[in-house]
Amino acid sequence: MPASLTHDILHGPPPPIDTGWGGGDDGGGAGRGASRAASFTGLFVLLAASTMAFAALTSAFVVRRGLSDMDDWVAVHYPPILFLNTAILLGSSFVLDLSRRALKAGDRSKFNSYWSAATALGVLFLVGQAAAWYQLKQAGVFISTNPASSFFYVLTAAHAFHLIGGVAALVYVDVQALRLRLGPAKRTAIDVTAIFWHFLDGLWLYLMVLFYVWG
Amino acid sequence: MSSPAHAAHHAPQSFVRKYLFSLDHKVIGIQYYLLGLFSVLIGVSLSLLMRFHMVNPNVSVAWLGKLWPTAAAGGVMTPELYLSLMTMHGTIMVFFVLTTVPQSGFGNYILPIQIGAEDMAFPVLNMMSFWTTFLALVVMVAAFFVQGGAPLSGWTAYPPLSGAGPLTGPGEGLGQTLWIVSIAIFCGASLMGAINFIATIVDLRCKGMSLMRMPLTCWTWLVTAILGLLGFAVLLAAGVLLILDRLAGTSFFLPGGMMINDHIIANHKGGSPLLWQHLFWFFGHPEVYIAILPGMGVASQLLSTFSRKPIFGYKAMVYAILSIGFLGFLVWGHHMFMSGMNPYSAMAFATLTMCIGVPSAIKTFNWIGTLWGGKIHFTTAMLFALGFVSLFVTGGVSGIFLGQPALDLYFHDTYFVVGHFHMIMGVAAIFGMFAGTFYWFPKMFGRMMNETLGKIHFYLTFIGVYCIFTPMHMVGIAGNPRRYADFTNVEYLAKLIPVHQFMTYAAYFTAAAQLIFLFNLVWSWTKGPKASANPWNCTTLEWTVPSPPPHDNFGGVHPVVYRGAYEYSVPGAPRDFIMQTEPLPVPSGD
Repeated sequence: MPASLTHDILHGPPPPIDTGWGGGDDGGGAGRGASRAASFTGLFVLLAASTMAFAALTSAFVVRRGLSDMDDWVAVHYPPILFLNTAILLGSSFVLDLSRRALKAGDRSKFNSYWSAATALGVLFLVGQAAAWYQLKQAGVFISTNPASSFFYVLTAAHAFHLIGGVAALVYVDVQALRLRLGPAKRTAIDVTAIFWHFLDGLWLYLMVLFYVWG
Repeated sequence: MSSPAHAAHHAPQSFVRKYLFSLDHKVIGIQYYLLGLFSVLIGVSLSLLMRFHMVNPNVSVAWLGKLWPTAAAGGVMTPELYLSLMTMHGTIMVFFVLTTVPQSGFGNYILPIQIGAEDMAFPVLNMMSFWTTFLALVVMVAAFFVQGGAPLSGWTAYPPLSGAGPLTGPGEGLGQTLWIVSIAIFCGASLMGAINFIATIVDLRCKGMSLMRMPLTCWTWLVTAILGLLGFAVLLAAGVLLILDRLAGTSFFLPGGMMINDHIIANHKGGSPLLWQHLFWFFGHPEVYIAILPGMGVASQLLSTFSRKPIFGYKAMVYAILSIGFLGFLVWGHHMFMSGMNPYSAMAFATLTMCIGVPSAIKTFNWIGTLWGGKIHFTTAMLFALGFVSLFVTGGVSGIFLGQPALDLYFHDTYFVVGHFHMIMGVAAIFGMFAGTFYWFPKMFGRMMNETLGKIHFYLTFIGVYCIFTPMHMVGIAGNPRRYADFTNVEYLAKLIPVHQFMTYAAYFTAAAQLIFLFNLVWSWTKGPKASANPWNCTTLEWTVPSPPPHDNFGGVHPVVYRGAYEYSVPGAPRDFIMQTEPLPVPSGD
């Protein structure tokens, strides 16, 4: 974890310990917590990559917007269902955290029902996004209509692509939970999935701001 | 997310699980190495065809006509075919050789062992990463075989040429589409690999392996992974936009009012070709360091080992690697001085480019400092490491010229640039791979490579590459434009044709010399003398285990590290090297 990264550099090499595996985390501890730590590191690195991809798309958005004259970039009338979708996504994150709290309190059945609800809300969000696309299509706004619509489709699709991965993770945990296979090792999967899901919330809010403020 | 290594996987028994869909980082590393070897054979063949055509533009070759019935009708290459060979040479070399072998090949094999881990952090992800790369290669090579053939737009795929479809040229239909799809798949594979490398280094180091005790190879693999992570994410995004411009009729990169081959292009407007260049080079410049950084790590490791001296300025080397990685993201504009950018921007990019000279010079200084006064063992691996330093300096110095906007305006579209990037990014990186091969071959395959053949191969290659690429700088200074299929009828270039002939012969000669390497590789793999666990008397962890290492690397033992990676010729020590795992008696040099 990052804490040991800085620890290494600031405090130098740890004293030699001959106990081998595990025990403490001084500088390079491939101990018992390592697989959990690696999962979190992998997650945060993945989030960094996704952030970079969206940063690239944002910079393209800003540059393309800046280059456009009035009849090139035509602001899209975004379907109002996007706000409902936003509420659904935020709601799913909220319920997901209720679920984690229930697990912490040891209430497995509550965990299961909240987690299933959050998963359902995630799927509902995807359905809502598809509905938004359908409404745009009905209004004659396609990906090639103008750069504003192009970016809307690209950014929402890229977000949905991430979200499908998130839903798959949610379903995985849900299935494990319902089959009573949620041992301590799966706690990492729960935490990693939840953090990824919250990231997708933040990303979506950012996209909404981009669409409505800059689009 | 795949399960981390510590849900330890057992040694597989079946052929498919052991050699094809293996989770073992060592097998995956060798798979990447072989993929790179296959790719380099294609890439070199393409370059030989190009060199041939350049000095024999009108000579008919029967089998060329058979290979490309349309593009080389009558056995004479069309300019379009030449451009498609150039595109595929660049693409295959940059992505499937320079990006793949030093990082994914050697990194996969050696990194976990060097930091005392049983495997990479996510073995399943690792396997997926290799097979995704394989898929990308298949899609890329498929571009040769579709209607119109391979694309023409260079490895940088600048729009409008790469975006406007089949009207722009024979390979710009399905061939170009496959090219972009392949690159997008490759980006996905590289991202998976980068995640694995970073998580492994951050979390799976063994007891006592602090960051500042890691071999410099591990530092370069770490920084390369970070560059890949940030760079390929951007290229992926840009690639998606380019695909949409081609297939969905969007106008991200395609401007309006284009007239292509007598056709007015009416369905695009307002897009910016420069936007692609910015996004591409934001990836493209770090890509240069993705290719060269692991070579730097190998050179550092080998110069220290074979001089029997600690690396000079370990910490300075680490900080230089980090600052090269950081600065590498700030200089993409120096590839675009020709684009009409604001001179103030060009000035800023030029200044930042000069800044990269500082950590690069620190590294070179420290390499020479490491050699100074050492007991140098001129093994083949060491010779290639020294060759790396030579090529890095030669290629780096011409980079300083190109980093000046005023000079770049002249040099940019000449052979000077071709000479420059081949020296530093191509050949230097490949020398790093040769060095790594001769150094780690005993560990990877349990047998020694033949040193005599190795040295003959080194000297022929070293002389050969200088004979190919030094004259390129000269013809570039004389104004010889690059990317031209044929300039035999251009009056002011007529005097340069003998130089081109010389380069072509040098290319044949150098390529032929590689047969020695291939023979050595195959022969040593099957018949070479058995290697001991530590044939070079090295200090790092991979040399504490048998050659080749067991499935879990350390045979169930968990290594503990007590000292830095380069404790050679420590005064008072019984031998001239102290393994990282040796506990104290001699005061450590930390």
